[in-house]
Amino acid sequence: MRYLPLTPDDRTAMLATIGAKSIDDLFVDVPAGARLDGPVDLPRVAGELEVERALSAMANKNASAGSVPFFCGAGAYKHHVPATVDHIIQRSEFLTSYTPYQPEIAQGTLQYLYEFQTQVANLTGMPVANASLYDGSTAMAEGVLMATRVTRRNKAIISGGVHPHYVRATETVVHAVGVETQALPAAIDAEAAVIDQIGPDTACVVVQTPNVFGAATDVTRIAEAAHAAGALLIVVVTEAVSMGLLKSPGEMGADIVAAEGQSIGNALNFGGPYVGLFATREKLIRQMPGRLTGETVDADGERGFVLTLSTREQHIRRDKATSNICTNSGLCTLAFTIHMSLLGETGLRKLALLNHEKAVATRDALAAVPGVEILTPRFFNEFAIKLPKPAAEVVDTLAAHHVLAGVPYSRLAPDAGMDDVLLVAATETTLDTDIKLLAVALGKVLAA
Amino acid sequence: MSTMNTVGRPTTPNEVTTKPATLTGGRGLLQNEALIFEGDGWGKTGVDLPEPKGSASDLGDLVRKDPIGLPGLSEPEAMRHYVRLSQKNHAIDLAIYPLGSCTMKHNPRLNEKMARLPGFSDIHPLQPISTVQGALELMDQLSHWLKTLTGMPAVALSPKAGAHGELCGLMAIRAAHEAKGEHEQRRKVLVPTSAHGTNPATAAFVGYSVVEVAQTDDGRVDVADLASKLGPDVAAIMVTNPNTCGLFERDILEISRLTHEAGAYFYCDGANFNAIVGRVRPGDLGVDAMHINLHKTFSTPHGGGGPGAGPVVLSEALAPFAPAPWVVHDDNGYRLVEREEDEAPQAFGRLCAFQGQMGMYVRALSYMMSHGSDGLRQVAEDAVLNANYIKARLSDLMSPAFPDGPCMHEALFDDEWLKGTDITTLDFAKAMIDEGFHPMTMYFPLVVHGAMLIEPTETESKAELDRFIEAMRLLAGAALETKDGAGDVDRFKGAPFHAPLRRLDETRAARSPVLRWTAPEGSNQAA
Repeated sequence: MRYLPLTPDDRTAMLATIGAKSIDDLFVDVPAGARLDGPVDLPRVAGELEVERALSAMANKNASAGSVPFFCGAGAYKHHVPATVDHIIQRSEFLTSYTPYQPEIAQGTLQYLYEFQTQVANLTGMPVANASLYDGSTAMAEGVLMATRVTRRNKAIISGGVHPHYVRATETVVHAVGVETQALPAAIDAEAAVIDQIGPDTACVVVQTPNVFGAATDVTRIAEAAHAAGALLIVVVTEAVSMGLLKSPGEMGADIVAAEGQSIGNALNFGGPYVGLFATREKLIRQMPGRLTGETVDADGERGFVLTLSTREQHIRRDKATSNICTNSGLCTLAFTIHMSLLGETGLRKLALLNHEKAVATRDALAAVPGVEILTPRFFNEFAIKLPKPAAEVVDTLAAHHVLAGVPYSRLAPDAGMDDVLLVAATETTLDTDIKLLAVALGKVLAA
Repeated sequence: MSTMNTVGRPTTPNEVTTKPATLTGGRGLLQNEALIFEGDGWGKTGVDLPEPKGSASDLGDLVRKDPIGLPGLSEPEAMRHYVRLSQKNHAIDLAIYPLGSCTMKHNPRLNEKMARLPGFSDIHPLQPISTVQGALELMDQLSHWLKTLTGMPAVALSPKAGAHGELCGLMAIRAAHEAKGEHEQRRKVLVPTSAHGTNPATAAFVGYSVVEVAQTDDGRVDVADLASKLGPDVAAIMVTNPNTCGLFERDILEISRLTHEAGAYFYCDGANFNAIVGRVRPGDLGVDAMHINLHKTFSTPHGGGGPGAGPVVLSEALAPFAPAPWVVHDDNGYRLVEREEDEAPQAFGRLCAFQGQMGMYVRALSYMMSHGSDGLRQVAEDAVLNANYIKARLSDLMSPAFPDGPCMHEALFDDEWLKGTDITTLDFAKAMIDEGFHPMTMYFPLVVHGAMLIEPTETESKAELDRFIEAMRLLAGAALETKDGAGDVDRFKGAPFHAPLRRLDETRAARSPVLRWTAPEGSNQAA
């Protein structure tokens, strides 16, 4: 038991100091009927080599994104992360530290959170951002709840272009507190349809851009309509890199931005951990959920950073808190911040453009495949296509030939009547040969 | 007289009587480090990317034109910036991190290595199921370990942190009452006064009103008070066991019996599961739902405050209500049920976009397998032994909040022993920093005045504990010397003196919040 430093002699000596005869004396408060006499029915202690072999065997049964032509997106994206990022986040002082409750010896964490907040605010075009939430989908749920607090209204209108899993996660949570949602039917490129639904009881309108079908939309008009009715506009972004090329949500009038930051600095990880970006307008900060880092001075007048505005939080307000959240995605925010610092504005814009170009090239190659219809008009790095066969079947067949062709929309929303729709994403990691392989393989499957 | 080495350089230092302030604000190797926004990084990048082809874009007026405001760093600059920042952090790899209720234990690097296998880290949440069989197998294995260790029949893996797990558990409870047609009538959740703040926050979040339950003088739930408040209007109780006073709830079987008799469910906050893992199964205590902070009990790193992971184990009664997605194993291999309507019409929905914290599942399973069933039992025993050792060795100087009987994995002191001094728990904690230790949890639980909650965990050696104890004893002695105006109060009031920064003004930060960097006036820097 290599992680346990006490020796049998240590234990004996310590029990003597305590004045206990055996370790069982320390568990006397456990009712006799609830004590386990021996170990539970699980394997015994295993050495490092043994664990490595067992877990590697499991890992080897999976097809990793980097090993095949890969076109899956729909809210999680394969990007290249510089080696520096992973090296720094594995430094003990970052990896094995905790919430900066003692700011004097946690300035490393606090300063990078402050840098993160500034980067996110600038990226989203918003005045302020928090120190992150769990992921983009929970950020959207928190956004809706925040909008109901701010407007004292009870209804959210959700566009048909929002990721169905984001919608489901949001509905699950907000319905519990009696917030009503109205999710519009799935639509490739009809964000503006939300405008007709806005009424005097609307707390917020939620739109995603680029949406789950990849469609990029200028939501300025939607923002104006929402504001005219006293509602807030929540903009969801599931591909953070897109903001390096497209107009920011802030520029288009968003009041709250709920975004997934996985694309910058973080691996796919089969869905988590990811990093929820959350930004808003200055006057709403006291209603914002989650942790915040703020600037201050120490007793000598030196600049420093602390967690702040905790009067909104559960450890002070308890059942009156803004949310029940008591953590953030600390290490994932660090990865985001380092990757963003390495990119800088120049690198981010270039990266975004490369993503767009790869997707355009993929679209052009697929448009030439007989039977394929391109559905998404304007997109960033992902678009929807219509196939003459159920997309899930096509994807499974292609997977057997070691091509991961994308995400069938039916996987996200089986009842939407869009079984023939496939979401295809390309990034800077997509090779020209990958695109050719996809087009050829898809052509064969469709011709079969 | 100084001696010289062979090149004539003096090898003993000069005697210095005063410590001058540095000219740069640096402290030896600890250099002041500006924000990335304050350097010359505008227009710089540390990533070499191929030139875009400039092929036509049809994005038109959707293209972002104004500067974004993101400085860049070359790779060496980035390394230095973040390594310098890292040096201003305390971490478990540096020394004991005795934050009660937070469970800061050693984070094995094998876990990190396993989580970075491309077969785990580089797979997409929506890849075809046939291409992620190993990942689903791992989730299934983890579920098996969690169910076996807790004696509970079902588990929901997807909650992304402990508080998210509380949300999951209470939503399952709510769904169960709805299914029985009792939700309208059961609108209260009973929570002890000593609970984590997330408990009442979560109950309120799910639409319940929170009723506090009193505590006995020996730090446990007052069963009589609980019984008097249980009734047909109560949906659930939320009890932390071992509780936040570091004590096992002796009457736990009685508590669960009364709860079930009243038609309510028993939610157990599993934050302190590390104290009993392998020795007590919560299922045997009558628990209906309990979240397990994988980062605490199973050592996934805390990473500056996150990410966590909060799987929830559920009783038979609550299992049908578990949220999507979940793993199913049948003759055709592993499957993922992503849409609950298909196979569990009573499931309460979905808590997040994908499968939860897969990266944390790998780390946790790696830790579990490394210990095995025998090692995990030893984990609980050593965690409890270490805490009781600290309690035993500090109780003559400091005042244990509950002196009678053993504590579990954490030792709780109050500030009674500081009476007659001018020193607060906060002052004492800040003075600990000067001695090279991270302070314990302060002022929590709220039911103990000036609380000091010390949790050593099982991964501290006896030598390290002794070092910590000796420092605490010296410091406590110095504190007690200040009674009646004697001794060195400034050592405490002014502390820390030796940290990268002195005590920070948190009031100022909250009163006029500055949450981001902005360019100084007159500067032409971006954004």
